[in-house]
Amino acid sequence: MTFVLEKPASESSAFDFWRKRASVSRPTGRPTSTFVAGLPLLIAFCALWEIAPRLGWMNPIFFPPLSSVLAALLDLIASGTMGKHIGISLQRAALGFGLAVAVAIPLGFLMGRYTPFEKATDLLVQTLRNTSQFALLPVFVLLLGIGEASKIAITFYAAVFFLLVNTIVGVKSVDPLLLKAARSMGTSDWDLFRKVIFPWAIPFIVAGARLGVKASLFSVIAAEMLAARSGIGYLIQNSQLMLKSADMYAGIITLTIVGLLLNYGLVWMEKRATHWRASDGNPT
Amino acid sequence: MDRIIATELTKTFQLKPGQTVRVDGIDTNAITVLNGLDLTIRRGEFITLVGPSGSGKSVFLDIVGGLTQATSGAAYIDGERIVKPDPRMAYVFQQYALFPWRTALENVEYALEVRGVSKAERRQKARHFLSLFGLGGFEDRYPSQLSGGMQQRVAIARSLTTDPEVLLMDEPFAALDAQTRDILQSELLRIWERIGCTVIFVTHSIDEAVFLADRVVAMTARPGIVKEIIDIDLPRPRDTEIRNTPEFAELRGRVWNVLRDEVQKAQKDWALASATAH
Ligand SMILES: Nc1ncnc2c1ncn2[C@@H]1O[C@H](COP(=O)(O)OP(=O)(O)O)[C@@H](O)[C@H]1O
Ligand SMILES: [Mg+2]
Repeated sequence: MTFVLEKPASESSAFDFWRKRASVSRPTGRPTSTFVAGLPLLIAFCALWEIAPRLGWMNPIFFPPLSSVLAALLDLIASGTMGKHIGISLQRAALGFGLAVAVAIPLGFLMGRYTPFEKATDLLVQTLRNTSQFALLPVFVLLLGIGEASKIAITFYAAVFFLLVNTIVGVKSVDPLLLKAARSMGTSDWDLFRKVIFPWAIPFIVAGARLGVKASLFSVIAAEMLAARSGIGYLIQNSQLMLKSADMYAGIITLTIVGLLLNYGLVWMEKRATHWRASDGNPT
Repeated sequence: MDRIIATELTKTFQLKPGQTVRVDGIDTNAITVLNGLDLTIRRGEFITLVGPSGSGKSVFLDIVGGLTQATSGAAYIDGERIVKPDPRMAYVFQQYALFPWRTALENVEYALEVRGVSKAERRQKARHFLSLFGLGGFEDRYPSQLSGGMQQRVAIARSLTTDPEVLLMDEPFAALDAQTRDILQSELLRIWERIGCTVIFVTHSIDEAVFLADRVVAMTARPGIVKEIIDIDLPRPRDTEIRNTPEFAELRGRVWNVLRDEVQKAQKDWALASATAH
């Protein structure tokens, strides 16, 4: 004989968040099977690219057949030009992104954890966040010159808010029960950050990083198109000006491939960061 | 020998500015949850705490655990006033409170880890307590890969690694199904009989309260004070069969009689509870 009084939902659902996260069903098909299913359309697209200029459907000067583009790409790779430009673009994006990480994570922790600080900074952050990094490029160029600094600034600006906002959300969403449990075990403030709040926030930060990396790369390309003497963006833009359209498409394709690879790498990182959410019963 | 003493504990929650609730017909922005609670708990005693929802049982445990301050009055452990979490105590929660990114073993290690115990030593101790709860072989599972009963075993194992003198348990089995609950009650008693710490165990199951306790402390509806203490003089060690004895039924009836009025009073308080639910 018991008297059972239901608890308010808010008390008993402290862990639902994790349960829900843990039980999110992955897309049913394996990645390989979606790849195979998508292959015919991709091949058709490539075939069209090859045929259309050859049959005169499109002007081969502006739209060369895929085979010429690939030949140009191989030339660019063989001469080391492509490697040089890609390397420079990636380096710029990485510097800007790294700077964004270094700023956003500590700042995000402060804003997420100390309400007065957040209140004081939130308006400014929201304002800056809604200012396009592309609109700011002329400003960066004016202030920092046409060299590396303005390019790194734009990539920094593009990534920092994704990281900042996600860090804040992560820090704020820490389960109060875990904080209580940690305190009951005598956890110091420093350990609370290191061993509870930070691990909790990691999946959020990594998700922000994924968006931030993409934004950084895209921004550096745009900046290089407008004002640079090197980088993949410059290569694409310059080839267009010089009417070397095969080189231009080679640059675009390379950029797509780099973007895809980066994305896969980041997805993989995200999986690693949240591997403990697995609910399939197999220890990972 | 007294271990925990609470004298004249009161706790009043101040609502946020502008927020008010209606208590006994009067609008107020303060809720008194505990209203002069006195309780003395002896060394090695198993106390269960029952009372209607909202009577302040969790708040009482939080004060004893040093996680919140009483508005007036004080709680003492071995004569020392409790003002912050005391290393002689450990806390177990209804929702397990395991770190989802740590394996079972790493979770159990946590309490020793933040105390600076060396890796080898805490590993060994964590393994020992996991195996005590029959969880040998599950060391590397994450909480999301364990059933509720297993997760709570991990949480209890974690609480015991620091050899606590006082174990605070807030409805630890309330989220489990009936069979798991029965098994865990017996497991808890078996281990408690071995280590002999003092336990304060909050439950809303009268059956559980009687089965586990040396004394059942019944609280009034909010604002909470101790209404009555019922001695449970059932022999130990107890096994689950004891529930079928007339003595057990009699004790269960006595506890229910004490609580019945309070539960009815608490129903009227639900409007308040829902207004402050957070
Ligand atoms: N931080 C808080 N602020 C305001 N009210 C609170 C707070 N914590 C608890 N309460 C109120 O105190 C009352 C008793 O809570 P609790 O100790 O959790 O009851 P229980 O006996 O069910 O464990 C409830 O009505 C609850 O709404
Ligand atoms: Mg409670």
